[in-house]
Amino acid sequence: MTTVAEPVLRPHAEQLYATELAALAAADDRPRPPGWLLSPQAVVTYLLGDGDTITPKYIGPRRLMEVAVATLATDRALLLLGVPGTAKTWVSEHLAAAISGDSTLLVQGTAGTPEEAIRYGWNYARLLAEGPSAEAVVPSPLMRAMRTGTIARVEELTRVPSDVQDTLITILSEKTLPIPELNDEVQAVKGFNVIATANDRDRGVNELSSALRRRFNTVVLPVPGTVDEEVDIVSRRVASLGRSLELPEVPDAMAEIRRVVTVFRELREGVTGDGRTKLKSPSGTLSTAEAISVMTSGMALAVHFGDGTVRPADVAAGIRGAVVRDPASDGVIWREYLETVARERDGWRDFYRAAREAE
Amino acid sequence: MSVHVYGVRHHGPGSARALVRALEDLRPDVILVEGPPEADGLVGLAGHEDLRPPVALLAYPADVAGSADGDRSRASFWPFAVFSPEWQALRYAAANGVPLRFCDLPASYRFAQSEDKQPPEEPLDAAEAEAEGQGESAEAFRQDPIAQLATAAGYEDPERWWEDVIEHRREGEPAFAAVAEAMAAVRAGESTPEYDALREAYMRQTLRAAMKEGFERIAVVCGAWHVPALTEPLPPAAHDAALLKGLPKAAVQVTWVPWTHGRLASWTGYGAGVTSPGWYHHLFTTADRPVERWLVEVAGMLREQDIPVSSAHVIEAVRLADTLAALRGRPAVGLAEASEAVRAVLCDGDDVRHELVRSKMIVGELLGEVPDETPSVPLVRDVTAQAKRLRMPQEALVKELRLDLRKPNDLARSRLLHRLRLLGVAWGRPVDSSGKGTFWESWQLAWEPEFAVDLIAASAYGTTVAQAAAGKVRDEARAADLARLTELIEACLLADLPAVQPRLIRAIYDRAALGTDVADLMAAIPALARSLRYGDVRGTGTGPLRTVLTGLATRIQLGLPGAVSGLDDDAARAMLGRIDAVTAAVGLLTEEPGLRDEWLSTLAGLVDRPDLPGLLAGRMARLLRDEGRCDADETEVRLARALTVGVPAATSAGYVEGFLSGGGLLLVHDDALLNLVDRWLTGLAGETFTQVLPLLRRTFAEYSGPERRAIGERVRNAGTRVAVAAEPAGFDADRVARIIPVLQTILSTVAAGRPAPAEEARKESVG
Repeated sequence: MTTVAEPVLRPHAEQLYATELAALAAADDRPRPPGWLLSPQAVVTYLLGDGDTITPKYIGPRRLMEVAVATLATDRALLLLGVPGTAKTWVSEHLAAAISGDSTLLVQGTAGTPEEAIRYGWNYARLLAEGPSAEAVVPSPLMRAMRTGTIARVEELTRVPSDVQDTLITILSEKTLPIPELNDEVQAVKGFNVIATANDRDRGVNELSSALRRRFNTVVLPVPGTVDEEVDIVSRRVASLGRSLELPEVPDAMAEIRRVVTVFRELREGVTGDGRTKLKSPSGTLSTAEAISVMTSGMALAVHFGDGTVRPADVAAGIRGAVVRDPASDGVIWREYLETVARERDGWRDFYRAAREAE
Repeated sequence: MSVHVYGVRHHGPGSARALVRALEDLRPDVILVEGPPEADGLVGLAGHEDLRPPVALLAYPADVAGSADGDRSRASFWPFAVFSPEWQALRYAAANGVPLRFCDLPASYRFAQSEDKQPPEEPLDAAEAEAEGQGESAEAFRQDPIAQLATAAGYEDPERWWEDVIEHRREGEPAFAAVAEAMAAVRAGESTPEYDALREAYMRQTLRAAMKEGFERIAVVCGAWHVPALTEPLPPAAHDAALLKGLPKAAVQVTWVPWTHGRLASWTGYGAGVTSPGWYHHLFTTADRPVERWLVEVAGMLREQDIPVSSAHVIEAVRLADTLAALRGRPAVGLAEASEAVRAVLCDGDDVRHELVRSKMIVGELLGEVPDETPSVPLVRDVTAQAKRLRMPQEALVKELRLDLRKPNDLARSRLLHRLRLLGVAWGRPVDSSGKGTFWESWQLAWEPEFAVDLIAASAYGTTVAQAAAGKVRDEARAADLARLTELIEACLLADLPAVQPRLIRAIYDRAALGTDVADLMAAIPALARSLRYGDVRGTGTGPLRTVLTGLATRIQLGLPGAVSGLDDDAARAMLGRIDAVTAAVGLLTEEPGLRDEWLSTLAGLVDRPDLPGLLAGRMARLLRDEGRCDADETEVRLARALTVGVPAATSAGYVEGFLSGGGLLLVHDDALLNLVDRWLTGLAGETFTQVLPLLRRTFAEYSGPERRAIGERVRNAGTRVAVAAEPAGFDADRVARIIPVLQTILSTVAAGRPAPAEEARKESVG
């Protein structure tokens, strides 16, 4: 992985992976859509890695990334859906970095996102002093993306109030942004597009209007497909997080990573790994991101308060905290899991005991 | 004379299209098709307008009635869809009056094969095949030449390779020559498995016979894999003859049966791996612009389901599919791209909607038809044969039948009737034969003509009654709820279908794990416990059943505390019945004392909870006392506590009802308890008493007359009796006094018709 000299806590994707992007661009001889820095094939390679110099950013089905990239190439907007922690933001950041070389044109959707954040605002001092002029307009990230022909990102679109959401319709269908005060408009330069992310669990909060929905192609990012895939994701992220938090290296966390991932997967899917026992699923999402945070806190516990080895007891309480979100119903589910699955399993004796103590 | 070998992909629409063109160009005077030669006589029906694909050729041994239970390999199916090249060959032959012969190894050989030499194309139940899939993958790879070609071409998925190279040549070169060449290359390095060698020897022999008969233009339609074996120069005939010599043979019957697209998709035998029959059907039947038409049809289907999809959606879907195909470097849009576009644009990424598209469109719901002239189905014959063997005439007249299950013949009859009942053919209705012991079974027999139709419908599940019943149960188990599953498992024990038991147990286990309603779980316990007992008697393996039961019990014990509080009167009453039933069930399992102990411990943990409805608390206290978990003193303390002034009268009455329900002998014999109840009752204020009176009446109305009388008399003599009971026992007078109530019970049965004096006595005491 490339390292950067600046001591910022979290560099942008295009900074962190600048060398990879440069290498891909140099080797890329396929046609690039107008305004794109890379060809669609190269973007897919950037996301999934090539097993050599390009590290994988997304571990999961290739076809999803292909659909996402093809969508952006057809100038349709892309809507990434998924439960929390399925790398929606991560994917959108890397898509923007690879296609436009700029992942910073971002609108964070919240319940209080105003229309100005999507269209434009005014520099009131200037407005009062000079009257309406192009100079007094404060462009939104979307407006800037339209002018430069790059990718704009809207995070958590379903959190944005419905009337504000609908301002996107003109931008997406007409590819223009009118400024009636100046009797002017901004026309999108080729290469402009929008990637929005939305949370599956928020369904019904501010459901997209069907007019808006129609402008998007939807890609649902799933939870990881196999245990090994998820263990891979968790250990990669835990290692890099541990490094940036400057925790000492923990050598044998692998067994516990696998255990955390197994517990999360089994409860999430409602069936044990061998497919023999069905289970109830708790109300929490138990995403990979949560598994990562359980592991990081387990490692911190082990390093600062233990002997440096991650033991079942270090993760048991964390797992319980992630599983039992609703004390009444999830508590029973968790106990059922412990009694019917964890108790019988080979090599899980310590974990079972630790989890019982954490009750 | 010329021989043309067309190597096709079974159920490949591109192959079918190319084959039709090739046949029209060649105008052969005989066509040989891979399939069972026994079916030659049925070829004529292919021209019948009522024979509509998807249909299948079914071959089964003539002595099917004698075959063992669940032996599916004893029947073979050759399914054909309209896009199957073989079907197109059949239609061509029928339309042009060209003779058509099947040239594969006769089914009579495969049925006669010994158990260890199972033919590779053995049809299996889809789910079973799934389970066996892993072990066979290496074998499958060796068997699947397409996979090797596709891998060589850099494709991960052989289906897609076929689509790109063969199916998408809509108007191009038929490519039969290329396929033949490629197959020759693939097979050059492979040894031919023994069974394939036999089949190909037979194919060559049929081909030689056709050549000898003087046909001029011979067309051979077979799987691509067999092409190299059938191309000239053929090896010496003597070699093939020697191979085929002395093979065992069995008598075989053949018929056409209706098939479905769904079965084509799940089928693992001949022409396996058609995961998208609906899509292929579409490819084969549309003239032009298949992708656009497909997406329009999908949109139409979604609109029928009230999912709003506009033409703009379809336009965007087509664009996305095209871009994806370009991104992936494919010559044309295939099913994969079309599906991605449908998912991302038409379904808003929703898996549920996409699943709808898959089942309704990609797989499809097409059902085939067969004409009336088709030979009858084997299931009907099997029923007739069995009925004849067991001397059970199929008469419409209602008739009683009493079976002694200790006699083998009667046991077989019982099994047949139970199996037919599982198939929905209620030839026999069980009649209650109480008092005859478990070895007796009574039935009322009446054969209705509609049963023949029902049997034809059921023949989809299997060719014998046992197979069909097992198949039906398997099918039903997929969707059944817990209660139905436990019924099924009992029915399977009666019908002697051990083969499906593991699947049922598995299903029960799954449902139980997901079931959040403890009441449902408890309802499943009694039937399971009975099955376990009964299964032991019959000697069937009940180990897994035991595991399930233990798992269920654990779940109930974990969930019971949450399920017994906050119940209204009716719910509490229902729960009381369930608790009783589970207690009885765990008591039945004498081999599992641990189960009973754990259950009683759970009850003991609950019995003193204050939020428990009085009815349940009383019942639990009683059960714990009866099962010896609490001694008399403890019980007395508990009852006394429930009947004090601090407890609302209605709760106390419930407690009494729960405690005393199901037999009043306790009150007759336990003076201390009787005293407690008596004291509580007489201490009630007038108004409260009227409140609880209905509850009390209900409790006491359950008791038999003699019990009521005995209680009444004890209460009347309360003063003296209690005093006596309080004295240390040990002299005759006391023991005699204890016998008297029993004697009264016995004697009073004589005078059961009279209004019981106990009734009056009770009223007296109550008043």
